[in-house]
Amino acid sequence: MENKTMARAGSLKLLGLTVSPFVVRVRMALQLKGLGYEYIEQDLFIKGDLLLMSNPVHKKVPVLIHDGKPICESLAIMQYIDEVWAATGPSILPADPYERADARFWAAYADSKLLPAWVGIMWAATEEERVEKVEDTLKAIGHLEEAFGKCSNGKPFFAGDSVGYLDLVLGSQLLWFEALQKMFGVVVIEEGKAPLLAAWVKRFGETDTAKEVVPDVDTAVEYLKKLQSHRAGATVAQLLS
Amino acid sequence: MAEPVKLIGCFGSPFVHRVEVALRLKGVPYELIEEDLNNKSDLLLKHNPFHQKVPVLLHGDRPAVCESLIIIEYIDEAFSGPSLLPSDPYERAMARFWAAFMYKCKDSMWIALWTDGEVQAASAREMKASLTLIERQLPEGKKFFGGDTIGFLDIAVGGIAHWMGVFKEIAGVHLLIEEEHPALCRWAREYILDETVGQCLPDRDRVVAALTRRKELYVSIAKAMAAQK
Repeated sequence: MENKTMARAGSLKLLGLTVSPFVVRVRMALQLKGLGYEYIEQDLFIKGDLLLMSNPVHKKVPVLIHDGKPICESLAIMQYIDEVWAATGPSILPADPYERADARFWAAYADSKLLPAWVGIMWAATEEERVEKVEDTLKAIGHLEEAFGKCSNGKPFFAGDSVGYLDLVLGSQLLWFEALQKMFGVVVIEEGKAPLLAAWVKRFGETDTAKEVVPDVDTAVEYLKKLQSHRAGATVAQLLS
Repeated sequence: MAEPVKLIGCFGSPFVHRVEVALRLKGVPYELIEEDLNNKSDLLLKHNPFHQKVPVLLHGDRPAVCESLIIIEYIDEAFSGPSLLPSDPYERAMARFWAAFMYKCKDSMWIALWTDGEVQAASAREMKASLTLIERQLPEGKKFFGGDTIGFLDIAVGGIAHWMGVFKEIAGVHLLIEEEHPALCRWAREYILDETVGQCLPDRDRVVAALTRRKELYVSIAKAMAAQK
């Protein structure tokens, strides 16, 4: 599946899973920079040779292969794209060192506190556990709501006038919030409780970045159903990368 | 006049040590504020409300920078002086990948140190395999991951050099073994001998005493981690 090439980029391949937030954010970064690449969807149940060779340590997606060299870990990949193509398209990370540190902090927070919490909602074995995971998720969203107020400084996105690193990291998880609402009736970002984020979600959804990259929520729901039937033996961490 | 730099830390923490190494390599003077983690100060809670952990960096009037690896990248970008991260983007991505890998090892390491039985044994095997993978990243014929001088990855992995020995004494578990990881052990010796590292490496016996007092806490954290796996 070849994406349109808008900028000469050497040879770029991305090994991914359409619904993985870690992959979605990398595709968003590539889209922002206007980079063409060959996208190769992976079967995470039966991992192919290219994935195993390119990411022997974790055997996970995403893997960006640039002129034959693999780069792994979504946040490292995004920064790599930003650095190699610094002269192309908008910057993904801001220029100011403090703002960069702040974006990195909240991105790490979104991945280490928020993501495991909502994944936990999907895999809760009991109703009690589900309630606990919903509480953890909403608590993390509360902190991100605060962070939005500070980072955006009255502007439409975390990064300011247009999307950047933290918008992509959190934005790549939104598809699953929709899936959670559809499957469990859980509302992760509720206008009454997180009004700034609720407004940001709408704006983010209207960007070209989101429209061109994020798959339909039904794709996520179908994938979750597939995972549920394969659950035995899989850890939460293995599910989306 | 340079803006003052303060580092909120605590005695014996490898994460605080990392940041001190980074500041010293960049030639940035700083004031170290030592916390008692059993009695966290208002200063710490105000500046790191989300994680309530050390290290925390305060640079002039700016809001705090938290999380040791994020602080180190901040130090590299905000101050002049030798670069901690490599200049080539691919090498930078590799350094970040392996630093993230080190971070992911922490659960296995903790379970290997502070639990017992088959769970402990499996985690110990996993941790040793991880150390082998890290060892392979050492460039041929060079003292450090960064080459001839200490770089970002040396700092990220640096805790192993001193604290593996500390934990071996407290927990009685030996993970970094000469016969199994000769190159990594050689690196660890070079790291500890480095002059800049030596300036902020806490006395080993004092660290053993300080961390032994936290052993019960470590054991309960390790048990919770093992239950999650």
